[in-house]
Amino acid sequence: MPNQQKTHMTLRRCRSWLTAAGVAALWGIALCAPSTAETPDPNRILVKEFMFMPNTLTVKAGSTVTWANMDDEPHSVVSNTGLFRSGAMDTNESFSFKFDTPGTYHFTCSIHPRMVGTIVVQ
Amino acid sequence: MSDDSSLQSRRNALKCLAYGGAGTLFALSGGVFTPIDLAMAGTDKQGVARLGKPLFVQISDTHIGFNKEANPDVNGTLTQTIDIVNGMAEQPALIIHTGDITHLSKPAEFDLAQQMFSRLRTTEMHTVPGEHDTTDPTVTEYFNRFGKASGNRGYYSFDHGGVHFIGLINVLQFKPGGLGTLGADQIAWLTADLKGKSASTPIVVFAHMPLWTIYEPWGWGTGDAELLMDRLRRFGSVTVLNGHIHQIVQKVEGNMTFHTARATSYPQPAAGEGPGPGPLKVPADQLPKMLGITSVSEVKHPRSLSLSDTTIA
Repeated sequence: MPNQQKTHMTLRRCRSWLTAAGVAALWGIALCAPSTAETPDPNRILVKEFMFMPNTLTVKAGSTVTWANMDDEPHSVVSNTGLFRSGAMDTNESFSFKFDTPGTYHFTCSIHPRMVGTIVVQ
Repeated sequence: MSDDSSLQSRRNALKCLAYGGAGTLFALSGGVFTPIDLAMAGTDKQGVARLGKPLFVQISDTHIGFNKEANPDVNGTLTQTIDIVNGMAEQPALIIHTGDITHLSKPAEFDLAQQMFSRLRTTEMHTVPGEHDTTDPTVTEYFNRFGKASGNRGYYSFDHGGVHFIGLINVLQFKPGGLGTLGADQIAWLTADLKGKSASTPIVVFAHMPLWTIYEPWGWGTGDAELLMDRLRRFGSVTVLNGHIHQIVQKVEGNMTFHTARATSYPQPAAGEGPGPGPLKVPADQLPKMLGITSVSEVKHPRSLSLSDTTIA
């Protein structure tokens, strides 16, 4: 699957500055990825408190959608049709997939299958 | 428990727990399984001896690779668990691991877990995967290491000491938004596996996710488990073991005893408390209280079983 990519946003050196993991998670974004914090990516889905937020996202064909896990618990993003599968995203990890073809794409978290979401590609 | 000496021995057992959970020991007594607290097994050898020779130990949810605040040292608590098992006066014939061996299905996590398991004096280990063990994109890391027993299907059976053991997988076929699923193929296999078995054969079924619905909103259950129960109901002694929820929940229904094991890694909240079933962060000195102790079951008579839970606090 050439157009899917996993990025690790957590920088270990940021973590070493901070003692509390919860604080590290929050500051990790601010310190390590300031551009993300300043200009939120409209094609970004936060995975937080066992929810995809938003759980329905509409994008144009050719857009890359990024899911970012903000929970202490790992989550995954798995297409119901097998089109994409993230693997486990640990805290502060993310997963991206480029949607080339218009359509409606349902996905779930394979670790917590009650977590579901939809990408609508126009 | 009102018995002072029993309380004292539980307190001693608690000292051994110190930080992490242990496993659950099952002894076969009069054809009925009796779960007792493993930490107690390490300290109350006479109590264990009274229960007879231990048949197997259930270890669950080791989550090797987890490093968050709820337990920054899951390797340490697994080591502690293994030490307790190895310290038992009589070694169990088998170890059963009910899944979530790893946290993120990474090869290095599986390798470390296997390396740690190799310290167990009891060398025969049977496993089923948890959903944390099957998140790798090709779902091969678990099966490459533990798939042989099941021909890479994830479900299999074996016999030991006159007991029929059945390992099931309920973490691969999820209905989105729903519970775990066994699936038609596995149910068909199980039906054939049990065909012709005498109703007096003690049955042990083990899977990762609970095989009865404990809390549907968090997926704590298996959607088609009733089909399994239909096939097990005719047996005189059925023990259904799971992990997944990192706390003890048990019930007895007719001849069937359902029991979920503690984790060796970290506690999870009680059903419905908080946004979801994630790691429960508690102060280190509170953790032992969160772990609690499984009460010793008293077998009043062959084929009858008395279960109760006792919290530590």
